[in-house]
Amino acid sequence: MTFSARLRRLAGGLLLTLFAFCAGPGTEQAMAQGSSAPDISAPLAQLANDNYGDTEAALGALALSGSPAAAGVVAALADGKLVFSTSPRQVYIRGDAGLIDPLTMQPVADAPAVKPVRVNNRIRRAIDAANGALSLVSPDPAKRMEAANAVGRSRDEAALPALDVALAKEADPKVKSAMTLARASIVIGKEGISPAERIAAVDLVAAEGNQEALAILRSVPASAAPEVKQAAAAAIDAIERNLAMWSMAQNVWYGLSLGSVLLLAAIGLAITFGVMGVINMAHGEMVMLGAYTTFVVQELIRTYNPALFDLSLIIAIPLAFVFTGLIGIIIERTVIRFLYGRALETLLATWGISLILQQAIRTLFGPTNREVGAPSWMSGSFEIGQLSITYGRLWIIVFAILVFVALLATLRLTRIGLEMRAVTQNRRMAASMGIRTNWVDAATFGLGSGIAGMAGVALSQIDNVSPNLGQSYIIDSFLVVVFGGVGNLWGTLVGAMSLGVANKLLEPYAGAVLGKIALLVIVILFIQKRPRGLFALKGRSIEA
Amino acid sequence: MLNLFSQARHAARRVAVGAAALALAGTAIPASAQETIKVGVLHSLSGTMAISETTLKDTVLFMVQEQNAAGGVLGKKLEAVVVDPASNWPLFAEKARELIAKEKVAVVFGCWTSVSRKSVLPVFKELNSILFYPVQYEGEESERNVFYTGAAPNQQAIPAVDYLMANEGVKRWVLAGTDYVYPRTTNKILEAYLKSKGVPAEDIMINYTPFGHSDWQTIVADIKKFGSAGKKTAVVSTINGDANVPFYKELGNQGIKATDIPVVAFSVGEEELAGIDTKPLVGHLAAWNYFQSVDTPENKDFIAKWRAYTKNDKRVTNDPMEATVIGFNMWVKAVEKAGTTDPDAVIPALIGVAVPNLSGGFSAMMPNHHITKPVLIGEIKDDGQFDIVEQTPGLIVAEEWSPYLEGSKDLIADWRSPMNCGNFNVKTGKCGGAGK
Repeated sequence: MTFSARLRRLAGGLLLTLFAFCAGPGTEQAMAQGSSAPDISAPLAQLANDNYGDTEAALGALALSGSPAAAGVVAALADGKLVFSTSPRQVYIRGDAGLIDPLTMQPVADAPAVKPVRVNNRIRRAIDAANGALSLVSPDPAKRMEAANAVGRSRDEAALPALDVALAKEADPKVKSAMTLARASIVIGKEGISPAERIAAVDLVAAEGNQEALAILRSVPASAAPEVKQAAAAAIDAIERNLAMWSMAQNVWYGLSLGSVLLLAAIGLAITFGVMGVINMAHGEMVMLGAYTTFVVQELIRTYNPALFDLSLIIAIPLAFVFTGLIGIIIERTVIRFLYGRALETLLATWGISLILQQAIRTLFGPTNREVGAPSWMSGSFEIGQLSITYGRLWIIVFAILVFVALLATLRLTRIGLEMRAVTQNRRMAASMGIRTNWVDAATFGLGSGIAGMAGVALSQIDNVSPNLGQSYIIDSFLVVVFGGVGNLWGTLVGAMSLGVANKLLEPYAGAVLGKIALLVIVILFIQKRPRGLFALKGRSIEA
Repeated sequence: MLNLFSQARHAARRVAVGAAALALAGTAIPASAQETIKVGVLHSLSGTMAISETTLKDTVLFMVQEQNAAGGVLGKKLEAVVVDPASNWPLFAEKARELIAKEKVAVVFGCWTSVSRKSVLPVFKELNSILFYPVQYEGEESERNVFYTGAAPNQQAIPAVDYLMANEGVKRWVLAGTDYVYPRTTNKILEAYLKSKGVPAEDIMINYTPFGHSDWQTIVADIKKFGSAGKKTAVVSTINGDANVPFYKELGNQGIKATDIPVVAFSVGEEELAGIDTKPLVGHLAAWNYFQSVDTPENKDFIAKWRAYTKNDKRVTNDPMEATVIGFNMWVKAVEKAGTTDPDAVIPALIGVAVPNLSGGFSAMMPNHHITKPVLIGEIKDDGQFDIVEQTPGLIVAEEWSPYLEGSKDLIADWRSPMNCGNFNVKTGKCGGAGK
């Protein structure tokens, strides 16, 4: 690839100043002796006008000024630490001790009244571009990498000369390829580029194969040579075909993620409703209580030991289990145990309990949402091919599966699990074998409630923590349990996952509203055909 | 089974609501009956809408206390009567009837959702009382007994779109909303408006989601895809209350920043942001007629008094609160002008009344029963407040019948005599002409 001589000429003036800026203190002094350091008082004065248009223009001037002070000013503006006074009209940087003069970096003696220079999205974009241009020659390769990406994203033609300079002296191959890509993204949409160079740029960008590459490729100007347009169109076509495949995989991933949320919400109900046969309308409120436990734990951690914040969810999980489990046992002992075998009364009583719990939380914590923060290991995302996977969702899937396995193991391998199954299958026989069925009933209901509480910890990460949290999950939970087959944990797992995936595969075609309706219709038809759900449990517990 | 569920739910809810109402009836401020004027408060204190409406109940109680401290109205003390319609639309009508017929209130401040307002309309018409409605809504209505102190679409949605076009150079639009009347009508108006500005149909994407939608992965990915067509893209969000938190969380998760695809919301204010970590949201926008961060002496004074009243120095204020305050002050002024609380005298007296708003100007009640408002555009800051990036130079008069909709472009409302009509058709010259 050849740089056009014309471009070099164009960049000529800027080259000098940029070299001066990047070549370190030695050259800087030499420059200062030859001609004085670049004057940035004009853009600084412009910044003091606190007008978005002026600020944007000043940022552009600062980025290309080559002044060593420019980076500090841009960084201060990004952090909201750049302030201005109206008389005299001047900008300062707000330091820890007081105001600092941006040119001399000395403290200002008698500080005037100041206001921060306002920043909006337009300015934030200009800051990103300016930062990119300024740190392309930073000694830190990570910063250069970031700068190259920022410049590529901004596709700012003004940054091209600076990019060429940086590219010429870049040694790190990774950073170099990022810079070449950034340059290609700018060149594609620029006027007056030779067809050969443009095609090379198209090929480079097309190799990225992602959403952003598509956007860049679509910016080929209408005036470009026909062979360039052909190359771009072919590349767009290929990327779109590739992306369509990935989007199928992405939808399946979304489906599994939704399925894991459904599983979490429903798995407690699979115990209270599925195993015990209690139509538990207060199940959603147990989830809500778990979420509020997380909130309380986080508040305590924020007050007493902020360093533990990243562990807050892990601390909250056992606490939520114990707390909601206890509430569940209290509900079972005081209300539900008098209503066994009377489905309608249980339904009404638990619905009443759910209203009481909701209003209690509303009185205690207020009706508005409460903020539950995400620990750092749950934020952000990573990419596999064109599949973008967010850590939060990944952890929720992992957690849902862990809960499922733990519950299955409890029911299969522990003594209490054995007793639970025995009581469900034949209460009188179990009683005559010496099992305290009352106690087992309470423990089972407590277990189901406790698991709902643990689900609440996870759901606090993706939904509102408000008194209404539980209501949005109760219908879905019943749907999953009934669809999967009452009394069968595996049914709940398969039911949740298949409903999640089906929902997410329908959504792109039918839209969120129709997709949900279609899913309900499908489930209704399915239940007509197989009233016991996916995995019908054979035995007397259903008949009873 | 499903049917059984819903019946049981209904029955149980009624029982609970009855109990709640009984409990609340006791909260009315006691005073001797002859010296007081009763003011009704019809906001949900339980159920899904409690999250938004509880604050407005507190606002009316606060205003009543302030007014009583200033000597009451017409030499009488005001007495607030609070009822709880429990986010249950038919119950709104029952409670409205109870307030007007049984409690004999002179005026009612209430409702949030459009469906609750539509539910009480017949009651207010039949019993001839006054309702102040403080929430931004879809327009397409003007009733003799209702005074709308929230924004009509041209006082919120259209200026926000104009701002994005002028300042962010937005060329492609996603209109995302919850599936009910306000987003549907607003998006219809916006779509017509954008097309009139030369935006081609393929650059507009409209998306609706159910109430309380919590899984936004697919939709956010779609928005990301729609936004990568090489043109600057923005999202205009009419997503309702609770669904916003997961929506913004998902935007943050998928790395969509305000500098890439800004979202301007019409239902997200200080109260809604209180429940989210706002750091990933910095730069996303909201359009309202008031922000807590408005820098005027009136607003500072109001916030200080409000915090003293609620005994909470972190309590936020928001747009529907300001609308409630304006409505309350207008009613007080009109009653003093009319010299009576009789609705037949107060309703005409209200037209033309102007009271100070909190952003430093005066809002006036127009003959269409809507008020004049400034429009502010704010960007979310990392402390959950808004940085006001644009304010309309003057006040905007509400267009209750949108000129961008086929069915309403010929309609006007004017409740002064001789017209006295909420939907006068200028083409046919008849009142009650082709409405919706």
